[in-house]
Amino acid sequence: MHELSIVMSIVQIASKEANRNGASIVDEIELDIGVLSGVEMDSFDFAWQQGVKDSVLHQAIRHVNRVPGKGRCLDCATEFPMQQLYDACPACNSQLVDILSGRELSVKTLLVPDTAS
Amino acid sequence: MCATCGCGPESHHHHGHDHHHASGKKIVEVEKDILHENNLLAQRNRGFFEGRNILALNLVSSPGSGKTSLLERTLTDMKGELSFAVIEGDQQTTNDADRIHATGTKVTQINTGKGCHLDAHMVLHAVQGMKLEADSVLFIENVGNLVCPAMFDLGEQERVVVISVTEGEDKPLKYPDMFHSSTLCIINKIDLLPYVRFDVEKAKQYARQVNPSLEIIELSCTSGEGMQLWYEWLKSKVLQPA
Ligand SMILES: Nc1nc2c(ncn2[C@@H]2O[C@H](COP(=O)(O)OP(=O)(O)OP(=O)(O)O)[C@@H](O)[C@H]2O)c(=O)[nH]1
Ligand SMILES: [Mg+2]
Ligand SMILES: [Zn+2]
Repeated sequence: MHELSIVMSIVQIASKEANRNGASIVDEIELDIGVLSGVEMDSFDFAWQQGVKDSVLHQAIRHVNRVPGKGRCLDCATEFPMQQLYDACPACNSQLVDILSGRELSVKTLLVPDTAS
Repeated sequence: MCATCGCGPESHHHHGHDHHHASGKKIVEVEKDILHENNLLAQRNRGFFEGRNILALNLVSSPGSGKTSLLERTLTDMKGELSFAVIEGDQQTTNDADRIHATGTKVTQINTGKGCHLDAHMVLHAVQGMKLEADSVLFIENVGNLVCPAMFDLGEQERVVVISVTEGEDKPLKYPDMFHSSTLCIINKIDLLPYVRFDVEKAKQYARQVNPSLEIIELSCTSGEGMQLWYEWLKSKVLQPA
């Protein structure tokens, strides 16, 4: 289950950033996980429970932006929504598709206690 | 309320600066790729390989499709033509590494334990202990799994996905990430075609549907049929020593 590796990488990034901001805990975290990123959300939720224990994220509220898939046909330039990596162009049926969005996998923001205030 | 834009502590839009909230919370803009660390290390591996003109191949498949068999036969048949080294990723045993060792090839084992895939960090450490020769071929046999290894760049030049005719021909549609990220697909065990229901043309069509530029080679590690095509592919990828 690679979702656990993904969660551990998120924990690592969050710890580093929290630390840099003088925080020992993260209240909220915002993630981009595109629908074509290869992350299975059920596995991800399960891995999250395991992975964030004893970390800065152990009680963080998670906001996940499921970035929709979007492709552009390399043959006829039609832009269309994608549910799968192998979706063909709906206009000309070409398989040659440039994926414009949906593969995102990133940590966007953290909400942490403000030590300056 | 945030003085800059009037947002409350619950809103999360971006301004390229850290928000300080009267509520005693602040938003930290991170904007970091989750696989960033792995990708950096993979780039490091790639640089190392390129500097020594080492062709690194990442072999991925379901359990039992024939990755180790392919290596055993290749290492034996091509002995003297190219120089090889192997990294074996396995959850528990050293069986595969032992099989490679028996061919007289340099092999390092990575036991991933519960881990279902190799990552760039493991490969970095394996490579550090290996004294790889320049102008050689490094095979990295990943853990048998068509899902998890897909996301983790190891720094390889080529990713080779192996399927066998005892699996369903719709594998490419069920595991599109793996076929999407590979450059060569090997359809193995074609000696069994008379005994199983496997439509090779359909499998190829599905694979190309996921990845139109995927090269496909059909072969049998047991009978040797088609192995020549694989050897030619391999030799075409090895750069001539400068
Ligand atoms: N009939 C036939 N059997 C094969 C062929 N290639 C491999 N096998 C058999 O398939 C089984 C699995 O082969 P391996 O090479 O161990 O497969 P693998 O992909 O390395 O397996 P894991 O490392 O466990 O994921 C063995 O019993 C092989 O003898 C082939 O071309 N034809
Ligand atoms: Mg094996
Ligand atoms: Zn089109």
